[in-house]
Amino acid sequence: MDYDFYLSTMWSVLKALPLTLEIWFFGIAFGLVIATGLTWLRASGYKSGEYFTRAYVFVFRGSPLLVQLYLIYFGLSQFDFVRHSPILWPILRDPMYCTIVAMALNTAAYESEIFRGALKAVPVGQIEAAKAFGMSAFTRFRIVTLPIALRLALPAYSTEIILMTKATALASVVTIMEMMGTAQKIQHDTFRPIEVLTCAGVIYLLLNLSIARLFAWVEYLLSPHLRPAPDQSQRIKPVPEVL
Amino acid sequence: MSASLAAAANVEPSPEATPAISVKEMRKCFGDHEVLKGISLEAHKGDVISILGSSGSGKSTLLRCINLLETPDSGEVRVGGELIRMKPGQGGHQTPADIRQVERIRADLAMVFQSFNLWSHMTVLENLVAAPVHVLKRPRAECLEQAEALLKRVGIWERRNYYPPHMSGGQQQRAAIARALAMNPKVMLFDEPTSALDPELVGEVLRVMRSLAEEGRTMLVVTHEMGFARDVSSKVMFLHKGEVDSLGEPKEMFARPPTQQFKQFITNFNK
Repeated sequence: MDYDFYLSTMWSVLKALPLTLEIWFFGIAFGLVIATGLTWLRASGYKSGEYFTRAYVFVFRGSPLLVQLYLIYFGLSQFDFVRHSPILWPILRDPMYCTIVAMALNTAAYESEIFRGALKAVPVGQIEAAKAFGMSAFTRFRIVTLPIALRLALPAYSTEIILMTKATALASVVTIMEMMGTAQKIQHDTFRPIEVLTCAGVIYLLLNLSIARLFAWVEYLLSPHLRPAPDQSQRIKPVPEVL
Repeated sequence: MSASLAAAANVEPSPEATPAISVKEMRKCFGDHEVLKGISLEAHKGDVISILGSSGSGKSTLLRCINLLETPDSGEVRVGGELIRMKPGQGGHQTPADIRQVERIRADLAMVFQSFNLWSHMTVLENLVAAPVHVLKRPRAECLEQAEALLKRVGIWERRNYYPPHMSGGQQQRAAIARALAMNPKVMLFDEPTSALDPELVGEVLRVMRSLAEEGRTMLVVTHEMGFARDVSSKVMFLHKGEVDSLGEPKEMFARPPTQQFKQFITNFNK
């Protein structure tokens, strides 16, 4: 086995990790903002809000992310008004921004469904208790509904974040030299697909492993009430009020 | 009711005569089914009123209409003489005119639920301080101190750092009662507090409720515990098909049932 080649490939691909993380971070950050807005629209009770979110989810969950990315990067620039817009054009001519926009729009559709399900699963009795104790709608949401929904959403949300990590590889098709783009270039230069793609795959695996562990840890911290009861003698630390 | 009339009606002759809770001609339908058919009720300070009735008689709905967890279709509710203002809403149903007023009144009416409804992501202690801190805006340290005292009183201080799912039903319900007490409520509403408990756990909850009655708390108790109704409450109200069938002193009611329905109800229980 050619260890030197493995090592040099590993190093080259790893150098592209910051770029992958950048796409990943901004994609999920903007995605979370959009998803929050969508969830709020859906829960607001307005019929028009519900129809809009349903249509949004239908489009962005129903079509491949690759199609969305191509449409945003190659498609939108076909329109004159986009090319002449001082706001849109600086964003849409840049493949990096386009990838982030596509990822954010796509993940928001999934996340808004995750959040909707979590909100619906909050036990009605606990919300009623908050009402009966005179909490206002906002306080109720902040003290009871949101913390419970958050804990319910976390497992599905972490899966979505892991899917997004893998989706960053799509950036390579719009000329971004992130990890996958870099790996492909090395592969084309050397014709050694097995070594190169193994290196890239291992890095993605390790990245997702750490993300999964991180979420598992947060989940563990937030849900002492779902773990087995402690011994009477054992002192348990309550979760600090984070929200 | 016009604003001036409402204001005039709010003036009461003396505070002693003002009932802690008064309900007049309350009606409530769920679809075609009329659950409450014009119920009136008055509870003065220190009254412990047991509300009895077979299932579907409307007793829980009555309680839930008092703190507006359900919105009554018509009728009026006064708490400490203050009328809960309603306005006409969609589809002929009324809605609260001022949700802030409702929230303020709810804070005076603590509720204990059949299924406890403790907030599962908080420890017992946090359950007790959440509403006083966030609704009454009292300082946290003071609330914690009071919470610990209340937990000692209901006998679960050792479990103060436990989460609700880690406790027995009886302990959870005692925690829920302590949570209600932490609000220093003017009236306590109990919605079948022992119905979800294993028989051997009912006693510990009833003991706490009895001690509350003895210290002069105003309580409305929807219950199936005939012993509690007979021995502890100051009044018994029997609902039948959404109407007040009979109302009176518990000793008298149980010794000489005033109506055929109530007689049948208690004989069924003694079987």
